[in-house]
Order: sequence, then structure tokens, then C-alpha cells
Amino acid sequence: MPSPPVSDPVLARAGLPRPIVDVRGLRTHIVTRWGTVKAVDGVSFQVAEGETLGLVGESGSGKSMTCLSLLRLVPRPAARILGGEVWLDGEDLLAKSEREMRAIRGRRIGMILQDPMSSLNPVFSIGMQMREPVALYHGLRGSALAARAAELLAAVRIPAPAERLRAFPHQLSGGMRQRVVGAMAIAAPPRLLIADEPTTSLDLTIQSQYLGLLEELQDRHRLALVFVTHNLGIVARICDRVAVMYAGRIVEMGPVRRLFTRPAHPYTRALLESIPRLGTRATRLTAIEGQPPDLAHLPAGCAFAPRCPSVMERCRVEAPPETVVEAGHVTRCWLEAPARPGDSPGPGAGPAR
Amino acid sequence: MSALLEVEGVSKHFPVRQGLLGRSSGLVRAVDGVSFTIEAGTTFGLVGESGCGKTTTSKLILGLERPTAGAIRFQGENVLALDRAALARYRRSIQAVFQDPYASLDPRMRVGTIVAEPLVINERLDRSARRRRVLELLDLVSLPARAAELFPHEFSGGQRQRVAIARALALSPRLVVLDEPVSALDVSIRAQILNLLGDLQERLGVSYLFIAHDLAAVAHMSHTIAVMYLGQIVESGPAEAIALAPQHPYTQALFAAALPIDLDGPRPEVAVAGEVPSPLRPPAGCRFHPRCPHVMPVCSTDPPALRPHANRSVACHLY
Repeated sequence: MPSPPVSDPVLARAGLPRPIVDVRGLRTHIVTRWGTVKAVDGVSFQVAEGETLGLVGESGSGKSMTCLSLLRLVPRPAARILGGEVWLDGEDLLAKSEREMRAIRGRRIGMILQDPMSSLNPVFSIGMQMREPVALYHGLRGSALAARAAELLAAVRIPAPAERLRAFPHQLSGGMRQRVVGAMAIAAPPRLLIADEPTTSLDLTIQSQYLGLLEELQDRHRLALVFVTHNLGIVARICDRVAVMYAGRIVEMGPVRRLFTRPAHPYTRALLESIPRLGTRATRLTAIEGQPPDLAHLPAGCAFAPRCPSVMERCRVEAPPETVVEAGHVTRCWLEAPARPGDSPGPGAGPAR
Repeated sequence: MSALLEVEGVSKHFPVRQGLLGRSSGLVRAVDGVSFTIEAGTTFGLVGESGCGKTTTSKLILGLERPTAGAIRFQGENVLALDRAALARYRRSIQAVFQDPYASLDPRMRVGTIVAEPLVINERLDRSARRRRVLELLDLVSLPARAAELFPHEFSGGQRQRVAIARALALSPRLVVLDEPVSALDVSIRAQILNLLGDLQERLGVSYLFIAHDLAAVAHMSHTIAVMYLGQIVESGPAEAIALAPQHPYTQALFAAALPIDLDGPRPEVAVAGEVPSPLRPPAGCRFHPRCPHVMPVCSTDPPALRPHANRSVACHLY
């Protein structure tokens, strides 16, 4: 068994504390009728205490499968975690037994999913569902249990929490339901909280309230937060660092400001340029050509090559290695690879607006 | 510019029936006294949160619902008073593209048949003329001719939405209702479709009623924007003016919550407390007053009218 990483050079240089979660070379494949899909193909990242990592990418890029792999909840038997390490506070989760994992899920890793209606049981009251994790993690019973459940609801800013415990999920609004899910996720409280598009089903003003709430909970419990989203506006608002995924790989990762102002990977740059900004009518959007990749039949070399404006011969043959652009900022692109220092960046490679 | 579609004081109230006898126990005022004009060849953006009446408004325009009150005029003619033949003509001039191209295309029909269907129903074309028109339409949305032989499942989301757009354009409509046309698509594909819609407008002079959650996309596409809250328009005017300097406290909150990706832009923290009240019992006075950060005594009693202010119309007692 490999020993836990003592210190990480990238994080140490960025002046960050030791990571709570440290994922190294994670590989999860799914066997389908159309072939094997490399849903997660060598993904590595760390998240430190109190830090928020945004996981960005289009559907099928492997964001959600990465999260499920951390919890070891990939849909079996089609999906298999084939390799890598997932360190949580110095313990490798991939080496744990299923029994040990059950004690970790919910208690040390919390999870909030996109649709609160499907994470809550419609036939049990909020109180019944809240009491389960609280009893499990804190061993409370009776009135102390009810009081703690009400406290948790109050912590996620639900008005009249004691009465809400008697309500059923359908009696709450979408925003309120997602708050209940949030309250259950922090019941332990966990060390790592994974939020998989938690605000996608919420309205704008409610989304804004919920993001504020998440930040507050993170500050209070010093959680490491992994926030999965395809909304770069949310990343700008709440994330410290961001990892951009494409076809199962992290193609670029770094501090949000750095990535947004000086993206190194053509995909990141194209994504940022393709998004309409307020008050810019009449200018054409810079569209990304082509279609999202067919995951069962990825091209050799870089998966983005068929759509890349700066594609070179080499990109179609060989997958680019991870390259450090600057301390804490890595990318997988031949334009940045050290082997070809003479390569000048392609057209339009200047810093984004 | 000339007015293509005028909506005047339109309301749609749905009775809520309860119990065995189906007695009416209340009215949902889904749309309540809404007026606006869509100019020929322009895009009119309608924004607001779920339940604000955007989709009901589009259904009234598409003729899928009849308004409880008010008038809708298309090229000067009252749509609600049309006879059968004229109504059929009206419906041909108004088409729609919906959010989810996985749900709006019949999985058992070939793309060529899907695009030809409006032609089969509405126009007497022989087989070869129809075929020519289908290929023309596919070309218009940048799909290859061989797409006609394929089924929807053989396409990605963005390509399916192109098929839906080709079908909507088959009868050369004057107005296309775009109800969240890119929300179901991958982020990297959205710009392609928005650009395509822009190009088509330029080439064909078609008008759009653009409904979306994504405020930046609406602001980008639209010439005029109206913001709805609980069935009423609270602010409307030129897209740029509204996006850059929203005046109504709700519009301000909405645009502040839209989370721009610019890191250095001003980030006004206009936090709106609470949630949208039930449209069954909308608050008295200004419907936004229970959540408004600038609420005054008058707001809870007198409903504000839309008044011209700063190059637009705003319904707020502040102005």
C-alpha cells in the first residue's frame, strides 16, 4: 500500500495547508453496449481545509463520475474504479472495505445532489429523515434528537424549524427542500462536502441565497468543498480554484482568477469566450466548433483536438502530458508542454478579456 | 420598424378546483394585465423566475390558451376575433422551438419527415418540391443533406435543436417563440445555436420571442427586454439599458443574482430575502413589496403602474 503523500509541492508553493482530500490518478471506466467509456481517466486534484474547488465541464466530461468515485458509489457492475488513490485525511478510501466506506459516507463525506426531490423520501416527514443521520452520527435520542434536528434546519436558515420537522417534502418549495438536503449533509459535520450542481433546479434569486448559505456553512465547519457545475458565473462567485474537465480528464486546473484571466488550454479559453456577457449585444459569440466527443470512441491523442482552433499535428497522435504553467496552475496541452519550448501559442491565444 | 405583434392588457386566470364537485376555490392569476409590442425583425426577451407567467404568455401568443381579458393584435388584426381560416393562417405565421430537443422530436420519425411535417399539413407541395424545401431548410441550419435520412437519436443535443429550428422555419413564420432554446444544451454548444438564431434573423427578418433563465443570453439576443414578476411586467425597455442599469428593485436583484463571469466587475450584493409568493394570493399593492429592500408604506397598498423612466418603463413607486 502506498504511503500517504506528506506534502504536495504544488500546494506547498501556493501556500495552502495540507489537503483534506487528495485524489491521484483516479480511473473509472464504464462498460457499455457501445464500448468502454473512460469516464474518469487519470484525474488528480487536492482540496484543502476551507477551500472550494470548482469542477467544470459539459455533460459526460466525468464530473459526476469523479464525485461518485470518491464515495465509491459508481453504478456497479457497469462502472469500475480501475486505479488511482483517494486520500481523505491520510487514509486511502479505495483500500477500504465496503463496511468501512459505509461509516465514511455521510459522516466524513457529505453530498448534495442536483434535484432535492429525488434525494428526499416523499413518504417520510422532514423530521423522520433529519433524525436518521443525526441519530447515527451523534447517538442522540428523544427530545435531544429533535432539538438537534431543529438546530440543523435553523443553521440552513429555514424559518420556524420546529414546525418544519412535521412537514413532508412536497409541502416545501424547491429552495427549502435543497436547504433540508444541505442540513442533512452537514449533520455530522463532514470533512469534505461534494455538491453536484446543487442550484441547477433553483431560481436565480434562490440560487444566490443558497450559494451564500453554502459559503457560510463552509466558513463555520472549515469544510473542503467540491462544487460541480457547468456555470462559470457560480465558479467566479464561490470557488477558490477550478478544474476544467473534458472527456474524462482535467485539462486545466488553477486559481479561479488566474484561469479566468489567463487560460492556458484552448478549451478553457473557448468556453470563457463563448459565454454571452451582460451588455454586449450585436457582437457575435465565439462558438466552439463541432460536437461534444463520443466518449466510447475518443480520438487518439488529445480529445479536444477535433474542435481545437490551435490544433497541431502532434495533438492528433499523442495525448499531452500535464504541464505546470505556473505554481498551482496546470494544463494538458501541447502548446504549453516543455518539450516544445519554441512553440509560439496559436492565434487568439492572448489573455482573455 | 413596424409592430408585428401587440399584446394589450392581456390576462390569463386559471380557476383552481378542489373537492368532489370541483367547486372553484380560487384563481391563479398567471398573467395579469400584460402589454408589450414585438417589432418586425427584432427579438423580444422575456425574463423572470419560474411561475412568473413567461410560458403562459407565450402560450397565449401561440393560441394554445385563450386570454381571460385583453387583446392580441398580429399585423394590426385582432387574433382573438379571427375566423377559422384566418386563425389557421395566423398559426402558420407563429412557430415555436422548445427547451428540450430530446422531447420535442418524435424518436420514430426520420429528420426529413419531421421537418416536412408542417409542409405536409399546411402546403400543397408535390413530393419533389417538398424534398427540395426540406434540403433547403436543413442547409439553412447547417445540417448536411444526408441528415434527412437519419433518426433524432443519431444526433447530439445541439444538432437536434437545429432540426427543431428547421421545422419551426418550414412555413416561413413571421414570429418564432423560443422557450429556453439553449438551456438543455451543453455549454460549449450554446454559442453555436445562439449565433445560428442571430444569423437566421438577419437573413429571414423573422422576429423572436425569446424566453430564458440565462439573463446574459437574453440580453445578448434581445433588442427589447421585459421582466415579469408574479404575472406582471415590472420593467421593460431596450435590452442594453435594462442589462446595464436595471431600475426596478426586482430587476436589480435578478441581474445581481445572474453571476457574471467577470471577476472585476462591480458585484452589487442586492440580496433579496424570501421566496416568490403563491400566485393564488399575490400580495396587495406592489407584488414585490414583501421582498423589496426599498419597501415604503405606499407599496403595500397601491399597485404601481408602468411609467416611463430613464429610457424605459418601470412599475415602481421609487420613480
